Amino acid sequence: MLKVENLNVYYGGIHALKGISFDVSKGKIITLIGANGAGKSTTLRTICSLVRAKEGKIIFKDKDITNISTDQIVKMGAVLIPEGRRIFPNLTVQENLDLGAFVREDKEEIIKDQEWVCKLFPRLKERLWQKGATLSGGEQQMLAVARGLMSRPKLLMLDEPSLGLAPLLVKEIFEIIQRIHQEGITILLIEQNAFAALKIADYAYVLETGRIVLQGTGEELLRNEEVRKAYLGE
Amino acid sequence: MSLNIFLQNLSNGISLGCLFALVAIGYTMVYGVLRLINFAHGDIFMMAAFFVFYAMTIFSLPWGIACLVAIILAMVLGRTIERVAYKPLRNAPRISSLCSAIGMSFLLENFAIVVFGGRPKSFYRPEFFAKTFVLGEVRVPGVNFVTPIVSIVFLLILSYIVYRTKTGLAMRAISKDFDTAMLMGINLDRTISFTFMIGSGLAAVGAILWALRYPQIWPFMGVFPGWRAFTAAIIGGIGSIRGAMVGGFLVGLLTIMIVAFLPELAGYKDAFIFVILIFVLLFKPEGLFGEE
Repeated sequence: MLKVENLNVYYGGIHALKGISFDVSKGKIITLIGANGAGKSTTLRTICSLVRAKEGKIIFKDKDITNISTDQIVKMGAVLIPEGRRIFPNLTVQENLDLGAFVREDKEEIIKDQEWVCKLFPRLKERLWQKGATLSGGEQQMLAVARGLMSRPKLLMLDEPSLGLAPLLVKEIFEIIQRIHQEGITILLIEQNAFAALKIADYAYVLETGRIVLQGTGEELLRNEEVRKAYLGE
Repeated sequence: MSLNIFLQNLSNGISLGCLFALVAIGYTMVYGVLRLINFAHGDIFMMAAFFVFYAMTIFSLPWGIACLVAIILAMVLGRTIERVAYKPLRNAPRISSLCSAIGMSFLLENFAIVVFGGRPKSFYRPEFFAKTFVLGEVRVPGVNFVTPIVSIVFLLILSYIVYRTKTGLAMRAISKDFDTAMLMGINLDRTISFTFMIGSGLAAVGAILWALRYPQIWPFMGVFPGWRAFTAAIIGGIGSIRGAMVGGFLVGLLTIMIVAFLPELAGYKDAFIFVILIFVLLFKPEGLFGEE
């Protein structure tokens, strides 16, 4: 579904991604783990064209999307839920969800999808007319995910969805990611919470200062000595 | 001051206030999406009045059609200014686009002097606008009836666009967060162009109403209304559309009332408005309707 080849990105004068390549096949959960500053967010932002690649290729659904604008990529079905939730605080929950469905015209289907996300996140349903700013951190993360789903993505990219959430909510968010995956949406997940990410991932890549240094199935990496030391705190 | 004179001033104040509200919206909307003060806005205002003038004199269009053409041309002009002067600098330091805005303002003024000539031209007024109506003992010029109605109609249309349509939603999203707005699939360039077009269109409506009130048009006619509308946008809370409406209304009303109540200060009326601006900012730095 998504193929990244030899991606080189400079970001604020730094060689942030030094030729990384990876695959996300359809229907899988793929995760990128790594320390702060390893280039995980930059990778996702480059896929979405928010950051331009200096070299390399990004193929999505057999189409080269390396130099396509962000809104076109969203229309094709690759959607990023950015780090730090980034919901629109000045807009209501409903308007935030409407923005998620911005590229769609199929009104009836949008209504159905809203019913679906309200079932996934019952708390949002009670708050549809509240401003985004009035939600708690956890609710904002739920809204960010719900908003991403409203575009009916083929590939959903999540950047640190568990960041800053209480342990109970972290568990809930990971359960929801799995439920979304069961609906047939391919997932590309970035996490500092390597343990939780590897547990649900079909395949994983480890990034270190802009390079992929290790890859394998989630289980393999969970057993890997280096990974355990560096990312699982053992 | 007698009640009649007060009412007469009130009708002038309301009418001028509505007019400033129209012009102030252009400043606040552009600031909302780009965090830029579009100093050329007052000159788009001026250009619109000349568009009407030349549409009538050169192309002999009837007045109504000439106004419509001028509004459309002003929208095209606003969009072109954005493309030429601001878009290339979108990721540059903010001072760059600010300089570009000031330069664009000078360019339009110079262009107007060179091409249209510096001498004021008289602006055609349909009979109704020139007439003064006597209600009891209050004398009200025709333009004072039309200005508030036209302004309110356009402000309602604007509110509908901003708060009820998809494009309006996109504008409100962009005003908070470019990147995330793009991740929603919003086309940034198109939405920003649209914002400039709406602001410029409203400035053109304001300019026509202004020229109907003061029927002399010249290359610097946009400077003072521009500054007052800008002040109004800040008083209301720059970036806030409701704020620009209320701010514009207050500034228009106060300008007239200062002249009426304190005739000896009339010459200082613009400085006076700035004093009010400073007081508002002292007590509410974000403006009356601003956020945070």
